[in-house]
Amino acid sequence: MSEIAPKELRIVGFLCNWCSYGGADTAGVSRFRQPTDLRIIRVPCSGRVDPLFIVKALLNGADGVLVSGCHPRDCHYTDGNFYARRRLEMLKQLLPYLGIDEKRFHYTWISASEGQRWQKTVTDFTNQIHKLGPLHSTTEAHSGS
Amino acid sequence: MGPEKMKEIITDVLKDVDVVIGYKQGFDKLHATPCFINKAEQIEEIIWSPVCVQNLASFLPSLKAKKVGVVVKGCDSRTIVQYMQEGLIDRSKVVVVGIPCTGVVSVKKVLDKVNHQPIEDVVFEADGAILVKTPAGETKLSLADVSPDKCSTCLYPTPVVYDHLAAEPIKSVKAPEDVYKDVEEFEGKSLEERKVYWEKEFDRCIRCYACRNACPMCVCQDSCIAESRDPHWISQKSNLSEKFMFHMIHSIHLAGRCVECGECERVCPMGIPVNALKKKLNHDMKALYNYEPGVNPEDKPPMYTFSVEEKKIEEHKL
Repeated sequence: MSEIAPKELRIVGFLCNWCSYGGADTAGVSRFRQPTDLRIIRVPCSGRVDPLFIVKALLNGADGVLVSGCHPRDCHYTDGNFYARRRLEMLKQLLPYLGIDEKRFHYTWISASEGQRWQKTVTDFTNQIHKLGPLHSTTEAHSGS
Repeated sequence: MGPEKMKEIITDVLKDVDVVIGYKQGFDKLHATPCFINKAEQIEEIIWSPVCVQNLASFLPSLKAKKVGVVVKGCDSRTIVQYMQEGLIDRSKVVVVGIPCTGVVSVKKVLDKVNHQPIEDVVFEADGAILVKTPAGETKLSLADVSPDKCSTCLYPTPVVYDHLAAEPIKSVKAPEDVYKDVEEFEGKSLEERKVYWEKEFDRCIRCYACRNACPMCVCQDSCIAESRDPHWISQKSNLSEKFMFHMIHSIHLAGRCVECGECERVCPMGIPVNALKKKLNHDMKALYNYEPGVNPEDKPPMYTFSVEEKKIEEHKL
């Protein structure tokens, strides 16, 4: 990944429209300093996040994936995040079996008012990914073959 | 095990169903092939022996409009229960002929033992020994040595659901804690070792999709996202990440649904341990949601439901 400065890594964030995306917006409006490695994808609900989105991201260039939705019981669609929780937990346990560090994937719940919490989550998660380093030197060598 | 009793039952069943699915002999004595019977005179074709490896329950969702009789082993019967849980079959239109099974053979393992010589005859003796005749001579094998891995930890030798039983029920003598021993053993390896292992295995994949086609729970059939262009999940490129992605699609879509019939592994021409991923998922489903696929028709697959307070899921800290 030569086009990206070595310091920055690719982190993909799937944020639900109603809580976490609002939370990230709150953090921005409040001018909290945040790392710039994260690229946010807005989804209608954390229940929209197919575990395969995360796998696909990790296999195709992402170094880390963050999923965030409304707190349990606060889902805009009543129960989307309950389904999401089961699926994401399933994936979280499966990744290490495949040799992918589970620390590269994190899911959490952040509400629209929790700008500060959003800032902390992004900062901590980005630091965690930086500690692990880039994921892709090996996979890319294979994709050429 | 009585093929005679089974034939009697099928003669009876045939009177009020459109078709009965059973096994007949394939191109040699080592291979059985599924057969579809709708006339009484075809019943003589039916066989039952440890070479009857296929999971015949797989045909049921595509024959939903008909009334079908089906011959199932213990492991295959879990497929029927899982179909019932997911509403994929109408139980009142299926007549299940259960066979208590003492283990089947792995055709690959037998062929390896006889150096892939042409098979002239296969005889199963009462004590579990198998006599395989080839032009190179006779080889005596024991069933335990040539059975697929799933048989060594089989907990359900007698079908979990049936309308007729072709022999006396058999109790499993295997320990339930041994079923996922291989999963736990693999988890003991380092992250790097696991990564190298799967990269090596998946690199052999030729993406023939045989594992998906044989899978009884892969019910999307022609709408499979591995082949659709819209959405375009995977391309035609033959590289590791596409192969890896295909196996992830296959296994994640089976999370909490796989009945461990082992068909994916049996049909894989490259000998990739595809079933290991699904076993890992089932192992987690048991630990997280106390769910075992294909056992109780009243259960709900864990990904189809939720509980407000998940007792086993802890919040992850950064």
